[in-house]
Amino acid sequence: MSVRVPARLPGGPIAQPRTDADVDLFEHQAKELFAEYGVPVPAGRVAHTATEAEAIAADFAAAGMPRVVVKAQVKTGGRGKAGGVKVAEGPADAQEKASQILGMDIKGHTVHKVLVEEASEIAAEFYLSFLVDRAGRQFMSICSVQGGMEIEEVAHTDPDAVARIAIDPLAGVDRVKATEIIQAGRLPEQAVGGAAELAERLWAVFTDEDATLVEVNPMILTTDGRVVALDGKVTLDDNAAFRQERSAFADSESADPLEARAKAKHLNYVKLDGQVGIIGNGAGLVMSTLDVVAYAGEEFGGVRPANFLDIGGGASAEVMANGLDIVLSDPDVRAVLVNVFGGITSCDAVANGIVSAIGMLAERGEEVRHPIVVRLDGNNAAEGRRILEEAGIAAVEQVATMDDAARRVAELASARAASTGA
Amino acid sequence: MAIFLTRESRIIVQGITGSEGRRHGARMLRAGTNVVGGTNPRKAGQTVELAGTDVPVFGTVADAMAATGADVSVVFVPPAGTKDAVIEAVDADMPLVIVITEGIPVHDTAEFWAYAGAAGGRTRIVGPNCPGVASPGHSNAGIIPADITSQGRIGLVSKSGTLTYQMMYELRDIGFSTAVGIGGDPIIGTTHIDCLAAFQDDDETDAIVLIGEIGGDAEERAAAFVEANMTKPVIGYVAGFTAPEGKTMGHAGAIISGTAGTAQAKKEALEKAGVKVGRTPSETARLVRGIMRGR
Repeated sequence: MSVRVPARLPGGPIAQPRTDADVDLFEHQAKELFAEYGVPVPAGRVAHTATEAEAIAADFAAAGMPRVVVKAQVKTGGRGKAGGVKVAEGPADAQEKASQILGMDIKGHTVHKVLVEEASEIAAEFYLSFLVDRAGRQFMSICSVQGGMEIEEVAHTDPDAVARIAIDPLAGVDRVKATEIIQAGRLPEQAVGGAAELAERLWAVFTDEDATLVEVNPMILTTDGRVVALDGKVTLDDNAAFRQERSAFADSESADPLEARAKAKHLNYVKLDGQVGIIGNGAGLVMSTLDVVAYAGEEFGGVRPANFLDIGGGASAEVMANGLDIVLSDPDVRAVLVNVFGGITSCDAVANGIVSAIGMLAERGEEVRHPIVVRLDGNNAAEGRRILEEAGIAAVEQVATMDDAARRVAELASARAASTGA
Repeated sequence: MAIFLTRESRIIVQGITGSEGRRHGARMLRAGTNVVGGTNPRKAGQTVELAGTDVPVFGTVADAMAATGADVSVVFVPPAGTKDAVIEAVDADMPLVIVITEGIPVHDTAEFWAYAGAAGGRTRIVGPNCPGVASPGHSNAGIIPADITSQGRIGLVSKSGTLTYQMMYELRDIGFSTAVGIGGDPIIGTTHIDCLAAFQDDDETDAIVLIGEIGGDAEERAAAFVEANMTKPVIGYVAGFTAPEGKTMGHAGAIISGTAGTAQAKKEALEKAGVKVGRTPSETARLVRGIMRGR
């Protein structure tokens, strides 16, 4: 899912392009955006069935382009190696190739659609991207005469072939800067004009769409001298959703079902592969909780965290109920740890949240089948603990410190996994 | 002295009439912070009552500075207006701007950071998406709870808000000179390194806790800085050892991509630089305790 860009290149570190506020686009969506901005892309259309792919190929054949490429649309790399990109000679072959690719599993991503494109006559393959340069607190372009493979690999084997050019966010990229980027990437003379024009337009995609990454790999020189984006990766900054129209990019197919449910409830939830459900407040503390539970789990049969769930600062009863509901409906979960530090929010409010959450679940007829270990600390922790104590909920067990709570929940999860034979 | 924020700091709140600005403005006042005013271009000349104090509202940061002598601004302006708010503070030559607002487009942060640099770099920016700066017993600018810890001689710099609170609370008996939440966004103003350098020069700080998390390479760069420049002890903690590659973990920036950016790589870099790194927040607190007791 993540875009493969090196964290370190010769000459110092560069950016990691992804953040939690990122939205990855499918290749065909990236190319549709490119086309809007005048970035040259091959003609193509999306097919959800082999029959649709055949019809698209038939249209190309009728226009004098019998050879097409059928490309799996998945948000992960290594598609070519996995057999997700195939050349087809004519409509019948396109139907055949599409039926092979549709439904294929590529690194855990099921292929639900393919892009059927005109085949390009490739003279040379290059690499071009724009991204956020964290270390430099600005933007950066990476350009290389070597394209078509992972840029990390190129940076490793031939460091001199990868140019990194800093971009001042106030100055941006005009034709002069674009030409500087392309020449730094050592592209051949006959490609410089076309590539610089493409780069300038790609920069407009990057800024006007609030992207955190736009990558063209490969950017090709065709045998007839044109520079074209043969592939496209775009990551959009979801923090800019308030000023961007993004509904076309909604993607329900790619998400884990529990993650999709959590997202609908505006919960910050990530499904993992363990047995201990985790609920906490604040991303850093929840990440830390996952670690502490995993360490404790080493002593108890290797139980591990089942999820990441950050309920944020407020932790209202409803948020807590929704969070517990999601975590408890994960069939892998054997025990739950609620780890909250009362900072701005005081622990009595959090405790009331937990009590009402369990009440709300009971009203919905959802029995709490697993033990819930609760650790409250910080503001008004004593009052919070008293509220939980007096509520007398059988499933809830309080532990004073984060480390002890992690040990206890690991122990409970391990015992229950053994007793259920899981 | 503490760093960045002292008893003498005179603070304004940009966005003081909004719900977050009011709530935290009042909290800051109750913690003894010198909140001297706030801004809202549509409510200039009015006052807003916070924690029993009538706080004047100005139309611009420049007006607020002229009238109150403010030298710190805390920004609670919503994301769509944050870039303009920061640029306004930079134009007014505000010495310290602390941007609490969460959810700012990274293109906006890149722009205001570049703008501050082009304007001469006289404005220190902390954040965005950070809990702020607290110098216990002196001043509290942002959303860090004032009452979970005490004044002391530990400095703290962290990407994470709740881990900051956790650590301040665990070490509340020893206490802190200043805690700086730098935020976890891809582009931030003040970095781990900026804070380490300031703590090294601060005569009220004896040791520094550095809290990091997966993603980026800020911790690795901080480690190199420690090795080259720090004589005071630095104790580290890194969150995210169990985070799988390619999954985001809530914080903007908290993701592993490729081989670098892992918690293990950060821990190793810090240890190589002589920084003791705790496996858990509690173990980190014990390491700090050991060092402070030895002094």
